[in-house]
Amino acid sequence: MRVPILREASFERNSMAFTNEQLERYSRHIILKEIGPKGQKKLMKAKVLIIGAGGLGAPAALYLAAAGVGTIGIADADSVDLSNLQRQVIHSTADIGRPKVESARDSMLAINPEITVHTYYEYITSENISGIIRDYDFVLDGTDNFPAKFLINDACVLEEKPFSHAGIIRFEGQLMTYVPGEGPCYRCVFKEPPPKDAVPTCREAGVVGAVAGVIGCLQAMEAVKYITGAGDLLTGRLLTYNALRSQFRTVPLPRDSHCAVCSGERTIHVPFDYELPVCDLK
Amino acid sequence: MERGLFMTIVVAGERKEYADGLTVEELIEAEKVETPQYVTVTVNDTFLSNAERASRSLQEGDVVEFLYFMGGGTIPSLCATND
Repeated sequence: MRVPILREASFERNSMAFTNEQLERYSRHIILKEIGPKGQKKLMKAKVLIIGAGGLGAPAALYLAAAGVGTIGIADADSVDLSNLQRQVIHSTADIGRPKVESARDSMLAINPEITVHTYYEYITSENISGIIRDYDFVLDGTDNFPAKFLINDACVLEEKPFSHAGIIRFEGQLMTYVPGEGPCYRCVFKEPPPKDAVPTCREAGVVGAVAGVIGCLQAMEAVKYITGAGDLLTGRLLTYNALRSQFRTVPLPRDSHCAVCSGERTIHVPFDYELPVCDLK
Repeated sequence: MERGLFMTIVVAGERKEYADGLTVEELIEAEKVETPQYVTVTVNDTFLSNAERASRSLQEGDVVEFLYFMGGGTIPSLCATND
């Protein structure tokens, strides 16, 4: 009876084999009972797509790279601007003018050269989103505009991809996690994007850089929990953060049984683009 | 305070006293909710449509949440601006 057990244990040791450098690099993960060597291996095999290398995507990308997520995709069609650097900590002053995806890739690989980074220096639209997200295990929405958030939601629901939604403004932030077949989706909560200029954006209303850091890190944490199976995800809950009050709250989110994309009454069967916003500010 | 004239409800996590029978629409006004037409409201973890706000009276112990659109991050799609 002992032989098969030893063989199994031996097999497990081999499959859990880390290099000495990996053991040292990931030692703080490996020592955690909720992650351990198995969880670290899952992270190293995982593929996470971050849409937006801005305030939310920057901290998320840095922490996921540091965590050893094996493949990270980063999508952004923008270039680094001086006004980004107050919060988009993955970029540096020397990166001004460079595509954000290149700057983000270099920063991630500088932290952890073991990972693979795929860059998507292109606009994310209904034409390409399904093909891009299909190869990933988990998606992070780090976008600002609402048409993009609805596009990501719909594509992830239709492709059955879990994703983290987040938003920030002024001193506040919020996030939720969608898991196929479990929690509500973004469209359960908000039916349609608001008209242009109906709700303030960070550009108009401002945002504290550290708030972006807090919420982006929480998105990274959701990805780590999904991949490793540790803890409880923000599925069916919205986590809100008010920095001025130093207050976190979780608000229960029901499913909408009439949701246009995730319910049995689905009317949206393919991703689509809402009206393009007028890009009059630079 | 006379019994029945006021009720205690929970609004965005805080216990508050309001006149008994206050409608959700009146609560939104009293709470000075920003861009109310674009705010999702839940009462006792159930979505309330905009059309129901005027007719839905609140009762003792009701739990009301206001869910706001929040952008943030960056604009990688559709147009290349910097938020």
